[in-house]
Parts: sequence; C-alpha cells; structure tokens
Amino acid sequence: MRVLAAMSGGVDSAVAAARAVEAGHDVVGVHLALSTAPGALRTGSRGCCSREDADDARRAADVLGIPFYIWDFADRFKDDVIDEFVAAYAAGQTPNPCLTCNEKIKFSALAERAHALGFDAVATGHYARLENGELRRAVDDDKDQSYVLAVLTADQLSRAMFPVGDTPKDQIRAEAEAKNLSVANKPDSHDICFIPTGDTRAFLGAKIGMRPGMVVDADSGAELAAHDGVHGFTIGQRKGLGIEAPAADGKPRYVTEIDPDSGTVTVGSAEHLQVWTITANRAIWTSGVTPDGPFEAMVQVRAHGGLAPATVEAIDDTDGIDGPGIRIRLQAPLTGVARGQAAVVYLPDAVNGDLVVGSGRIQVTGSVPGDLVSSSGA
Amino acid sequence: MVMFSADRTPIYLDHAASTSMVPAAVVAMNDLLSVAGNASSLHGSGRRARRRLEESRESIAASLRARPSEVIFTGGGTESDNLAIKGIFWARNKNRDAPRKRIIASSIEHHAILDPVLWLADSEGAEVTWLPVDGHGLVDPAVLRAELSAHADQTALVSVMWANNEIGAIEPIAELAAICREFDVPMHSDAIQAAGHLPIDFGASGLSAMSITGHKFGGPHGIGALLLGRDVECVPLLHGGGHERDVRSGTPDVPAAVGMAVALDVSVRELATTMPVVAALRDRLFKVLSASAPGCVINGPVGPNRLAGNAHVSFPGCEGDSLLMLLDANGIECSTGSACTAGVARASHVLTAMGVSTADARSSLRFSLAPSTTAEEIEAVGAVIGEVVARAKAAGMATAMAGDR
Repeated sequence: MRVLAAMSGGVDSAVAAARAVEAGHDVVGVHLALSTAPGALRTGSRGCCSREDADDARRAADVLGIPFYIWDFADRFKDDVIDEFVAAYAAGQTPNPCLTCNEKIKFSALAERAHALGFDAVATGHYARLENGELRRAVDDDKDQSYVLAVLTADQLSRAMFPVGDTPKDQIRAEAEAKNLSVANKPDSHDICFIPTGDTRAFLGAKIGMRPGMVVDADSGAELAAHDGVHGFTIGQRKGLGIEAPAADGKPRYVTEIDPDSGTVTVGSAEHLQVWTITANRAIWTSGVTPDGPFEAMVQVRAHGGLAPATVEAIDDTDGIDGPGIRIRLQAPLTGVARGQAAVVYLPDAVNGDLVVGSGRIQVTGSVPGDLVSSSGA
Repeated sequence: MVMFSADRTPIYLDHAASTSMVPAAVVAMNDLLSVAGNASSLHGSGRRARRRLEESRESIAASLRARPSEVIFTGGGTESDNLAIKGIFWARNKNRDAPRKRIIASSIEHHAILDPVLWLADSEGAEVTWLPVDGHGLVDPAVLRAELSAHADQTALVSVMWANNEIGAIEPIAELAAICREFDVPMHSDAIQAAGHLPIDFGASGLSAMSITGHKFGGPHGIGALLLGRDVECVPLLHGGGHERDVRSGTPDVPAAVGMAVALDVSVRELATTMPVVAALRDRLFKVLSASAPGCVINGPVGPNRLAGNAHVSFPGCEGDSLLMLLDANGIECSTGSACTAGVARASHVLTAMGVSTADARSSLRFSLAPSTTAEEIEAVGAVIGEVVARAKAAGMATAMAGDR
C-alpha cells in the first residue's frame, strides 16, 4: 500500500513510520505544520511542531530512507481546532481539542488530501489497535488514545493505520533506539499542543477575557467568594475555589457549573455533581451501523477516565441536541462529567483490548437515575 | 504514472536553487584541498595560496568586467547582501548631524535583502520605501526618480536585484543605476541569479555594489563575492585581520575562491552559445505545460526581460506542494516559490507584489533549466504533468487559507 506517515517529530510517529516501511509499504513521511508562529526550538516537553520538531521528523525520515515533506495546515488548524476550542470554552464547555484535530485535520483534511494524491492510508503514532475495522484500546493502558480516536467514522478508519498500538511505550522507545532514530529519548509532549506554556487559563484569558465573577452556592445562591477568571475552574474541581469558610454541612464543595457569560462559578456538595444520565450529540458508530435498541456497555467520559457501566441507546434528533445522538443511563453515578468532552462507548475485552463501539459529544447531563424509556418521540 | 520509485536518477530542474559544480572547478579545487597554505602567511606556501586567491580575484573581475580591487570575497550571497545593505547603511549614517535613514528597495527582493532591510528598520530607525513592480515583476525607473527627487539627501542606498529568483524578471539596472548616479546615491544590486546567466559589465553598470554567489553558476557552496566600488564606503560585518580591503576579515577559502572563479569563467565564456539553447528548451517547456494543463498561467515577463532558464507557472486549483510532491515521486525536481522560503507553501511576496492572487501564488511551480538540461528531460515533464495536475486538482486546496475558501 502507499502509506502517508504523519510524523510529528516524536518517537511514536517515527516508529510508526518505521513499522510501515518494514511491513513493505511504500511510505512517504509528512510533518504537519500546525502553528502559525512556530518557535525554532522545542521548549521542554510542552507544545509541539516547532521547527526543531520538523527537523526531528526530517531526520527520522532520512534514517528510514523515505521521502519527507512539510504540509502547512496551520490556517485550517487555527480555524477548526484552536478557534473551536476557544468558542467551546466561551460557551461554558470543556472541549478536548485532540478530538477535533483527529476529526477535522488528521483524519479528514490530511486524509482526504492523501487519498486524492494516491495514498491508501494515513499512518500515525497513536496508541490504539485497529484491525478489520475494529478500533480497540492499545496494549499500553497508560498511553491508550482510543478515546480520542473514537470520533472517527468507519470510512475514516478504513484509511487509517496505527502501527504502534500493539506495543508498550517503553518497548517503542527501545525499538527507536535499535533503529538509530535519534528521537528515541525525546520526551513525550503533553497538554495541549498549541499552548506550549501549559497555561490554558492564560491562553483563554488572552483570547476571550478572563471572565472574573463570583463563586456562588448551588443551594442557597449565596455569593461565597470572588474569582478572577472562570477558565481557572473545571467541573468537579475541589481545590482552589477561594472560599474561606467551610460549608454549613462540613462536606467539601465542588464546582458544579460554570457560566462564562456571567462569570459565575457554582459550587455544591458531591451530590450536585452526580450524573446519572448523559445525552450526547454528534454520534459516531464505529462499525458504521447504528445499533438498534438499548444495549449494555461501558462508558468513558474523559481521556484517561475510568469505565462506567451503562445502558446505551442511539437516539434521533430529540431533546434539542441537534442531530443523531446517544442516550446513556449510568448504573452508578459519575462525577465530573463536562459538556464538550466525548462520551466513548466500549465493550470490554481484556484479551484483545476494549472495543470502541461509538462516541458522542456530551451535551446534557441529568442528575436523576434514568428510566428505560423508548427513544422514539419526546 | 509510476510513483515512489526512488532508484532512478532525478530530472533536476531546480538550478536556480543550486547547481552542480562545473567539472573543471571540481578539479581545480581538488588540487588545492590537500595543500596547506594560509594566504596571509609570508612563507612560500602562504604566497602560493595568496597567488591562487589573487588569480581567482582577477578572473572573477574579468568575467564581470570589474577591477580586481572591487572583488571582495565573502561566505556567499546572503553574506554579500547583508554586508552591502548594513555596511553601506552604516557608512552613510556615520554623521549623526546628517542622517540618511531612507532605504529604497524593490518589493520583490530576496529575503537576503528584505530581512536585513527590515532589521535596520526595526533596530536602527531605517525608513524603507518599497519600489512597486508591474504585473510582470518589473520596476519602473520613473518611480525611483520621483523618490530620489524628493529624498535623495536622506537616502542611504538603493537596492534592486538584477534578476529575480522566482519569476526570472530582469530589471532595468542600467537605467536605475544611472538615476542613482544622478542623485549621488549608492546603488546595490543582488546579482545572484544573474551572474553567469547573462552578460554583466559591473564597470559600465553604474552600480556601487553587486552581490554574487558561487553555487548558482557551477561553483562551490560557501563562497560568494561583493563587488564594491573602490570609493564606496562599507562598514564591515566581520572585523579581525583586515582582509579584503578591511571590508571582510577572515582567512580566505582559497580552494573555494578558485572553484568559483573557474566556474564563473566557464559560464560566462559559454553564454553566447548556451543562453539561446536554454531559452529554447525553456520555451518548449512552457508549451508542453500549457498543452497538458490548459489553464496554467505563466508568471513573469515573456521575452528578453526574462532569465533564459526560468519557467514559473501557476496551476489554478492545485496546491504547489501537491504538484511538487507528485513530480518528485516521478523523479522530476523543481520548486514552489524559492528554496529559501520552502518547506511550506506560503504565498510568495514576489507574486503578491505582482498582483497575483494568494490562491494562484500557492499554486505555483518554478522550473529552472541549465546548459546541462536536455530535450528528453523536457519531454519527460510533458509525459507526466497532465496526470500530476489532475491529481493535484482532486486533492484541491485542502490547506487553503480561510479567506480564500
């Protein structure tokens, strides 16, 4: 096959490209330039896609003996990923930009271009297993990225390859070393690639203002403290609330709601955080077939979050969620479920890796246990 | 169309980026590489090295119709350009009571001119006037005249390239230099693409300074020259030793100077025969591209105001890097814009200055031919370009800028 290997300059994508070459494919490496103002050097392990990263990718391609190009998707990335991220925060959501990047850039814009230019597949260094159209959790549970790949459609997955998903990370590093790839010991990048300082709050503050306001009590509505920016809070947060006196009932308080327009952060006891039902939109069913009727599955509501047993059902455009969706009724309540994150549905499989069934974007959460209601009609 | 076959010898049509060395230059350099000798040393080995350096200087001077004392060896074109822009600006601003902060440059200069000019504007209060170009990339001398009529005594220098690296436009240097002489303002010209590719008479040109570099005409990398009039003051970038008339200190690279001199001599001697042949092949390439990809647009002048080997074309609806990659996969090597702004297909400032749309600018390829280019190579381009353009069109402008989509 003709494979386009997306090479970030990190060790995972370098080894992914190497494995594609070893498998006998015709491989071409491409580095995506996603920053409109790339730094010359990588500053620590935050951020990505500096010119040094491009150079690391180029040197890896040299060692593998494959052609290498840099493609500029910076403008598209800014529109589709960065601006969407900022807008979601402004709307009070907690977006995961890696979802959007996979969905709109890596496996959409890039993949379409690759296909038009004659490539059969795009290979990346993502940790996930993909075989016969089945997307499964990676062998390395810590590094697993099946959660952020669950937004891909069957069609997109048919043109994707994840060569490193079947191997633990430290073995991947060893393999890179054995292949003389100088990135073998390069630190992993973490946090958000387009916020190299790691300071999301400051980034958002610069884009949409800090949105100072009041911290208020969920039950009484009393103003408990002032804060200097909503973006410093996430749903479920317990520390750093700035409240001096403990709650009347002595229990810890958690952030339960964030309203960027008014700047209001609502806090309440753990009961307020409990989520029993989730309605998600933008449903993707990984096999390409929408399931008929409710079924039992496990649900993950944030990257590196745990699995929760639930009854899952595909729903139409109801409850004002805009398009096909998923209704999730949890068997035990979850806390810290944030709108904008993905809800990913898995069927557990300890042998071959949990199977990704589908995903949706969390839109509505309910704090009352859901009944098994039929999905048609209101 | 066969793709990804890495084994064949490529068809190299990117000579404006760099050229392979003329065989005689390789031999000449090779002979010197194992011989020790610092051209500044007083003993026999030093004198021998010095002699080779001076012979090279005289040869380059003869090739460009300059005086040997006007040839300052540098580390390449970027250094020559930086030396001219900064050195002449600083020299012309020595007197704080009579500052000359204005710099006049064309809007299509190479980054080796643009960047030092912009740096002087940011750091040293230079005020820049950019000379516009017409739709073919040509500067109008009347605009320069108007500028100098108003501001000559505050103008440090004027810089206009002899021939543009992207679209091959040959600027009216004689006229521009005559205007500068009239107003007594030094004029520099970046002749990096012109030297060895068209006849140059530095003495008759009226220029105060002119940059060249070896690897654009079959000489080695890492060496160039700034031709600098004897009476033109230029503050050095490199101090220490006082080499090259105190203008450019540093132990000279004698083997490289010899290589550059031999290559320039060969190129200039053969110009009368090679230029028409290269131009004919280039014109054939234009035909072949137009026939296989109707709708393609030639950028730059057609006729005598264009470098013989330059073919710059836009393919609307295609991304330049898609085209480049597909051609590369077929063993055909060219460039989008220029090598120096490469890696990423941004719209070139040269095309933008000519009024080309951002979309068309991003859809461009530059082919640059040399005396070594053959008719078969041109036909080979013709054989694949149709399918290449079709695929690139299908891939579309996936990375188009928001405003263009």
